[in-house]
Amino acid sequence: MTDLDTFRSETRAWLETNCPPEMREPVQSEKDMCWGGRNWTFQSDAQRVWLERMVERGWTVPHWPRDYGGAGLSPAEAKVLKEEMARIGARSPLSSFGISMLGPALLKFGSDEQKKRFLPEIARGEIRWCQGYSEPGAGSDLAGLQTKAEAVSGEEGGDHWLVNGQKVWTSYADKADWIFCLVRTSSESKHSGISFLLFDMTTPGVSTKPILLISGNSPFCETFFDDVRVPKDQVVGEVNRGWDVAKYLLGHEREMIAGMGLGATDGTLGSILRPDDPFLRAEVAAFDVDALAFAAMSERFFEMFKAGEAHPASPSMMKYAGTELNKRRHELVMAAGGSDALEWDSERSSEGKAARDWLRTKANSIEGGTSEIQLNIVAKHILGLPGA
Amino acid sequence: MPLLTDDQKMLQETAESFLAEEGGPAKQLRHWRDTGCTDGYGTDLWKQFGELGLTGICIPEDQGGLGLGAVEAALVLEEIGRNLTSSPFLTTAVVGARAIEGTAHAERWYPGILSGDAVLALAVDESSRHAPEKTAMTAERRGNGFVLNGAKQFVVHGNSADAVLTVARTAGSPGETQGLTLFAVPKGIANVESVTLADSSKAARLRFDNAELDADAVVGEVDGGWAPLSRALGAGRAGVAAELVGVAAGATAMTVDYLKQRKQFGKLIGEFQALQHRAAHLYGEIEIARAAALKAAELMDSGDDKADLMVAVAKAKAAAVSKLAVQEGVQMHGGIGMTDEHDIGLYMKREAVLGELFGDVYFHRNRVAELSGY
Ligand SMILES: Cc1cc2nc3c(=O)[nH]c(=O)nc-3n(C[C@H](O)[C@H](O)[C@H](O)COP(=O)(O)OP(=O)(O)OC[C@H]3O[C@@H](n4cnc5c(N)ncnc54)[C@H](O)[C@@H]3O)c2cc1C
Ligand SMILES: Cc1cc2nc3c(=O)[nH]c(=O)nc-3n(C[C@H](O)[C@H](O)[C@H](O)COP(=O)(O)OP(=O)(O)OC[C@H]3O[C@@H](n4cnc5c(N)ncnc54)[C@H](O)[C@@H]3O)c2cc1C
Repeated sequence: MTDLDTFRSETRAWLETNCPPEMREPVQSEKDMCWGGRNWTFQSDAQRVWLERMVERGWTVPHWPRDYGGAGLSPAEAKVLKEEMARIGARSPLSSFGISMLGPALLKFGSDEQKKRFLPEIARGEIRWCQGYSEPGAGSDLAGLQTKAEAVSGEEGGDHWLVNGQKVWTSYADKADWIFCLVRTSSESKHSGISFLLFDMTTPGVSTKPILLISGNSPFCETFFDDVRVPKDQVVGEVNRGWDVAKYLLGHEREMIAGMGLGATDGTLGSILRPDDPFLRAEVAAFDVDALAFAAMSERFFEMFKAGEAHPASPSMMKYAGTELNKRRHELVMAAGGSDALEWDSERSSEGKAARDWLRTKANSIEGGTSEIQLNIVAKHILGLPGA
Repeated sequence: MPLLTDDQKMLQETAESFLAEEGGPAKQLRHWRDTGCTDGYGTDLWKQFGELGLTGICIPEDQGGLGLGAVEAALVLEEIGRNLTSSPFLTTAVVGARAIEGTAHAERWYPGILSGDAVLALAVDESSRHAPEKTAMTAERRGNGFVLNGAKQFVVHGNSADAVLTVARTAGSPGETQGLTLFAVPKGIANVESVTLADSSKAARLRFDNAELDADAVVGEVDGGWAPLSRALGAGRAGVAAELVGVAAGATAMTVDYLKQRKQFGKLIGEFQALQHRAAHLYGEIEIARAAALKAAELMDSGDDKADLMVAVAKAKAAAVSKLAVQEGVQMHGGIGMTDEHDIGLYMKREAVLGELFGDVYFHRNRVAELSGY
């Protein structure tokens, strides 16, 4: 028996005893996901217990170092854990922008002090983060952002940043505890005048206003900063070099969103929908071909990434392909559901879940950088254009 | 398709200005949605349709209508689609009027339709997918009338209609087109569950449990329901195709407008070729879909053998093009397109419902195959 085999059998046994049965049911709605943070109320005991047990083992972030709340697993071990969780249909114990986006950026760019302060909190799901990138005038042209942070020193209370401006489309800003935010610290150059700043959403001067989505939900907000005072040492990386941090984080965000292409369940879409209309069946089968091939590519890219051989454009290419797939999947779910799926409000529509989920996926090719922007990035790389 | 006649152009202009003024998305659809209106549309607007004579497009002149046809209905429906107007025009003035044409029910219902008072609905589907010949609902003769048992769904405006034209089986078995009978079921006979659809329109699920009907509820002949039903469905499918063209055109107009306003990277986003080509492609697709919808209407009006084929082509093509248009519309609007506050998302929802109504693209592709003999 190799070490990995031993790890697998131990992992399997531990999951078997420690993953509550309720946490093996498929996620039905956003409510079933655990977001953690100061304002979080657990939806069930099982949800709380599952998080606590996983945190204790460092398995919310299994590949992070132990010092930062992880388990220090090797990539191979992390993969085994993922497979064993998938085998029993275990839910992710924690959904977190901290884990998928900020964490990797802090690991790479954060100071020792920042890593020790923030990473364990993220691992334990104690602080919920939101992302303050986009602004009304700076969407695809992210570096066009205007929110200003001025260095203020002396007087009452020591050195700090004074932040003024507005963010938009900030997902869950009204529920988050902290924000990671791009701010302009110099107007001399578009890209090298941006800094990456962390601050508490309860700081005086921060306010949020929800925006209702076409799916009828309101997960995102306009976020306003009015003379917000942020301690000096909460800049990640160098002042005016935040764009590097921002781009690195975006790569992780895009991989995470690309993962939607893989679908939530094992097995093909056809095996779930079982369409008998031959025309629809052909379309679903064509989808399954693309989805299975995409899954193979994701696995291969993941291996290449670990070996340091990934093409620089691969996150963009995956994000584009994965999100287009996810949108197609939901179009097919709607088609197979026929008029039932269109019921938004009726006795049997489970609150219009099918239609709301379908509408939500339309943002996949917009959030985290639009499909057009991803394709521009890929094109720049393959054509060797400037800015690649 | 010959060019529109002067009369048709005049009708088009009337509908265009009336609906842009009175029927626009914010004014009607949002208003009725946000006020929780149980009909899903404004009865005053429906009356205005009547005053303008639009409700009488498919009603013969000797019965007080304009005696026009599917082409004229298509012109109005394209404007309804463009403005996302909430109105029972399609179910009542087109589908309903065609279904009862030449039957005793014409005299009963035409006056109300003409004045914009009566609303009719059509109940065909019994499962989540359109399949009229698979009708299983039964109507058994009893005494002087019939007893109805079964269920219908996706009955657009079925919750507020004065009468629901309901197809049921008086003979034969599911899968056969013979043995069907069409009934005009008055309010209060069926058990009605009101359903709000994704586009905020209202439909109904109907249940008939030993529901009793008088014999004079029959539209046309007993066992001969396939004829009026086909007439109604043909008009409905051609009509939805035209409405979908309007949805596509309305969404695209809004998108093109946005491409000329929104700046990123110091440029109007319409200056990016990646978006220009797609806008240009869409423009062409919409013209193709519009031509198909008008051709189908014209063949129906002239009673051409190829009408059914072209109606299936029109519905399948218009649904696909409209889907492309709303998806491109939301995508090219970026984040703002995902907000409820912006109207582009309303187009996406309307397309989904119309795309499904009277058969989705797969149904109509299948029909194209069958009607072409393969
Ligand atoms: C559901 C959702 C959640 C989000 N969550 C967050 C969040 O948590 N935090 C955050 O900061 N932001 C978030 N965003 C914002 C998201 O990152 C932006 O919406 C996105 O970057 C696009 O910007 P925009 O909306 O301003 O569109 P625009 O940049 O105005 O784009 C409009 C259209 O023009 C196209 N376009 C623009 N430039 C070009 C070009 N050069 N070439 C070709 N086409 C171009 C775009 O692709 C798009 O189709 C979220 C968005 C959504 C929809
Ligand atoms: C079978 C055949 C018959 C022909 N017959 C004749 C004839 O009888 N007489 C005659 O004079 N010519 C004829 N042509 C030539 C034909 O008109 C040219 O091939 C055509 O105009 C394209 O020019 P090109 O081949 O130089 O391609 P290029 O102009 O070099 O184009 C290469 C690629 O770049 C794209 N491209 C170029 N500019 C743009 C832009 N601004 N934006 C986006 N994409 C762009 C093109 O679409 C193409 O995909 C014929 C060509 C073929 C293939």
